[in-house]
Amino acid sequence: MSLFEVDSLSFAYGRAPLIDGLKLTIGEGDVIALLGPNGSGKTTLLKLLLGLLKPKQGVIRLRGQQLHEIGRRELARQLAYVPQVHREAFGFHVFDVVLMGRMPHSSFFSSYGDKDKQIVWDALEKLGILHLAERPYTEISGGERQLTLIARALAQGVRVFVMDEPTNGLDYGNQVRLLERVGLLADEGYTFVFTSHHPEHALAIADRVVMMQGGAIIRDGAPLSTVTPERLAELYGLPARLFESGTNRGCGIPLLRHGAAYNL
Amino acid sequence: MSASTAVVEEKPGQTGRQPDEAEQHCSAFARVLRKGKGQFPIAASALSLLAVMLFSLGLGKYPIAPKEILQFLCQKYFGAAFFSADHMRLLNSILVEIRLPRILAAALIGSALSTSGAAFQAMFVNPLVSPSLLGVLAGASFGAALGIVYLKSWYAVQIATFLGGLIAVGIAVGIARVYRVNSTIMLVLGGIISGALFTSLLSLVKYLADPYNQLPAIVNWLMGSLTFSDRSMVIKTSIPIGVGLLVLLLFSRHLNVLSMGDEEARSLGINVKRVRLLVIFCATVVSTLTVVLAGTIAWVGLIVPHFTRMITGPDNRKLIPATILIGAAYLIVVDDISRLAFSYEIPIGIVTALLGIPCFAFVLRNARKGWN
Repeated sequence: MSLFEVDSLSFAYGRAPLIDGLKLTIGEGDVIALLGPNGSGKTTLLKLLLGLLKPKQGVIRLRGQQLHEIGRRELARQLAYVPQVHREAFGFHVFDVVLMGRMPHSSFFSSYGDKDKQIVWDALEKLGILHLAERPYTEISGGERQLTLIARALAQGVRVFVMDEPTNGLDYGNQVRLLERVGLLADEGYTFVFTSHHPEHALAIADRVVMMQGGAIIRDGAPLSTVTPERLAELYGLPARLFESGTNRGCGIPLLRHGAAYNL
Repeated sequence: MSASTAVVEEKPGQTGRQPDEAEQHCSAFARVLRKGKGQFPIAASALSLLAVMLFSLGLGKYPIAPKEILQFLCQKYFGAAFFSADHMRLLNSILVEIRLPRILAAALIGSALSTSGAAFQAMFVNPLVSPSLLGVLAGASFGAALGIVYLKSWYAVQIATFLGGLIAVGIAVGIARVYRVNSTIMLVLGGIISGALFTSLLSLVKYLADPYNQLPAIVNWLMGSLTFSDRSMVIKTSIPIGVGLLVLLLFSRHLNVLSMGDEEARSLGINVKRVRLLVIFCATVVSTLTVVLAGTIAWVGLIVPHFTRMITGPDNRKLIPATILIGAAYLIVVDDISRLAFSYEIPIGIVTALLGIPCFAFVLRNARKGWN
């Protein structure tokens, strides 16, 4: 059974459809990069997959079950949303932000138990941010904040991470460090679906690249055959020669073990 | 395989900034520290509330030392013998019948306003929000003024006040609903519209009121005073206020998650719409009941959560209980000032504003840290 089965999915805020007749299947353990220009419907698709938006037409199945039939709490035990790095008004400690990931597992009247706290410590350790536990979330760097949000998703106890532009706003070094963490988790069999404005990030960690344009999928395939100068030129409406380079990839590729570009 | 990849391969789990020795040291102790941490501010607030209550019971035209109050309590409940029967009767009527209801009223109002302020601040992800955001105080004031002008009994006025607050917030929530946008911004706009509506309706009632008796009564009400609250009212309102505060307390974890934003809260399994309505309902009931008890008292709901956050941090699991206690203590102290600073009593609403504004200017300096 596939993780996600999406069929003839449509969505619109007003009249003009943002997603139109989309079909997509996602398997357990896939690492999928969604590429596409602004307004192509990448983020809308993520929010539909997360059940944050309601489809106008079509079906989304999560592990065989209709998405809209799954309760919020149950959904939060199967899927985690890793939003873009944000800066909130209140300086919760990093530990307490990650602890929020235990929300879908805690009963109403009991507070978080020792087991929940142990899971949080483990998540912090796994992402290498144990030393940040007692720091206010508002006072750490963007990269550290993104790692905190991933740790929270991990604490949710899910195997599927849906990430909206995970590297947005990070410096180059932090982008690569973050991608490597994602790659390490992917090696353990976690599923990732993420949007990106960086084709090289798709090459660095994705197993599969989905290109979107005008609310539809125009390409779907292995990174090396999908992220090519011609395809990128088509996707972003730019001349193909801009993407030509020595590697025939047009962009600097972080060489990480998990990535398809690793053995070039 | 190139040389650059080999570097990555050497330490697969070790990229990222390496924590220095001191930081690793810290994290080793953090687990231990976390165990007992967090209860101290709450215990300290509870103790200071008790101290403030004891001290305030003694303050007044007939001052009674805290020691004498403790002796009175020992004699009354444990049969110790400190005073004559006559003196006991005197102390009983001053302490239990006159001062205690008023102190309890101040405590209830302080807790209610502060806690609904804290809940709103978390929910609207904005530390500058006060309980009046959704128009509850404007609505309750209008209800009270309408009652003073058109209704005969004081009891009916109180009911009109309560309903006014609920209706104003209902309109704010309704406006947000009509536009079908499920966002806090729409709620805030609904609150502004509803607040403005009831403020102008209040002006209309003031204009229509008889300028010799009714208008002064309305103006007095709007300035807020604990002289309005009698013992039976305190007892009657204490139950719904207590229940409302308890519900807000039980939802402190949800408030934490809500303050990460709606979408994240939903993705963490929270039914945002339902929880938000429940929090709004509880905050509205408790704050409109404060208007029933003592008229409009401004600034408390903004200042106290701010001040408390400086002690406990933003985690609502500590902030809400501490706010309940500190809010109570704060309003008891302010009431002491309002009844004793001058030879005649000044309305507490004026004192909370005069104290609150400089406090806010001061607190703002520290509060800025989290949200610049």
